[in-house]
Amino acid sequence: MSTHVEAQEHAHPTPSTYAKIGLVLFILTALEVGLYEITFGESAGSFGHAIQPFFIPLLLFLSAIKFALVAMYYMHLKNDSKLFSGVFVFPLIIASVVILALVALQAYHWAFARSGG
Amino acid sequence: MTDHAHALETSTGLDSRKLAIWTFIGSECMFFATLISNYLVHKGKSLVGPFAHEVWKDPATGKVFEPIIEIPLVTVGTALLLFSSLFIVLALYGAQKGNRKMLIGWLAATILCGMFFVGMQVYEFTHFVHKGLTLSRNMFGASFFVLTGFHGTHVTIGVIWLFTMFILALRGKLTPNRSLNLEMAALYWHFVDVVWIVIFPVVYLIR
Repeated sequence: MSTHVEAQEHAHPTPSTYAKIGLVLFILTALEVGLYEITFGESAGSFGHAIQPFFIPLLLFLSAIKFALVAMYYMHLKNDSKLFSGVFVFPLIIASVVILALVALQAYHWAFARSGG
Repeated sequence: MTDHAHALETSTGLDSRKLAIWTFIGSECMFFATLISNYLVHKGKSLVGPFAHEVWKDPATGKVFEPIIEIPLVTVGTALLLFSSLFIVLALYGAQKGNRKMLIGWLAATILCGMFFVGMQVYEFTHFVHKGLTLSRNMFGASFFVLTGFHGTHVTIGVIWLFTMFILALRGKLTPNRSLNLEMAALYWHFVDVVWIVIFPVVYLIR
């Protein structure tokens, strides 16, 4: 088992792969800021207004891709033991649920307060 | 027997130190989840300005507070942190391959990026305080400074950790057998980066 795990742990990407991932991360960040400028920037036009409802989902999607790329390639979760992935992903799921639950709870609370309940 | 081979003699077949840093990172996910929740729950609940993206006029004094978020400055900081993640994996690659020049060069570049990021945050905080946003000014100020301040503290700790690795590398003590020491610091550094990947859109871009 040790030999198998050791082989898994050392099958890491090459510097050129790291550089390609870095380039993708940079492009995705530029896309995020570009999306913000198109939607809310000084030169935002009718197109900006049209995509406003999709702004947050698109931004979160781009952010999720960046997160996954860093975790999989730079943190080597793609090649390392699945136990490391489990130790990271399980609390991450709990953390995401906590954020969503608290935001939903507060949204409900404020809506209830506004309705005079 | 090398340090690395000795460390593999565990019931899981994995190095306990690496499992420990991953467990720590898992607990840090929960920590930052509470801070991000706190920010989101209080988003838009401030009764007085200044605000992140909107102009606010104080009805009592007539003073106008401009939006305080500066996207170009933070974008530069974000890019630096992303590049530092690339640089640290290249430094780790050098350490694992016994390439001392690669290790020291990329590690120095990572530390510089981290220091510039912290500098950017210090400038930003000072700028915000001058514009009237303090920890106790409004809900936005309280949740913003706590969230980004804790992240900045993590970056600062990361820079100090990487600097100790840099000293070890200069003294020739980061050999391929001992590269796990750098790998643990690198994992922490990447975590600090992924937290910022979430904070950047949530705090700075979403209105």
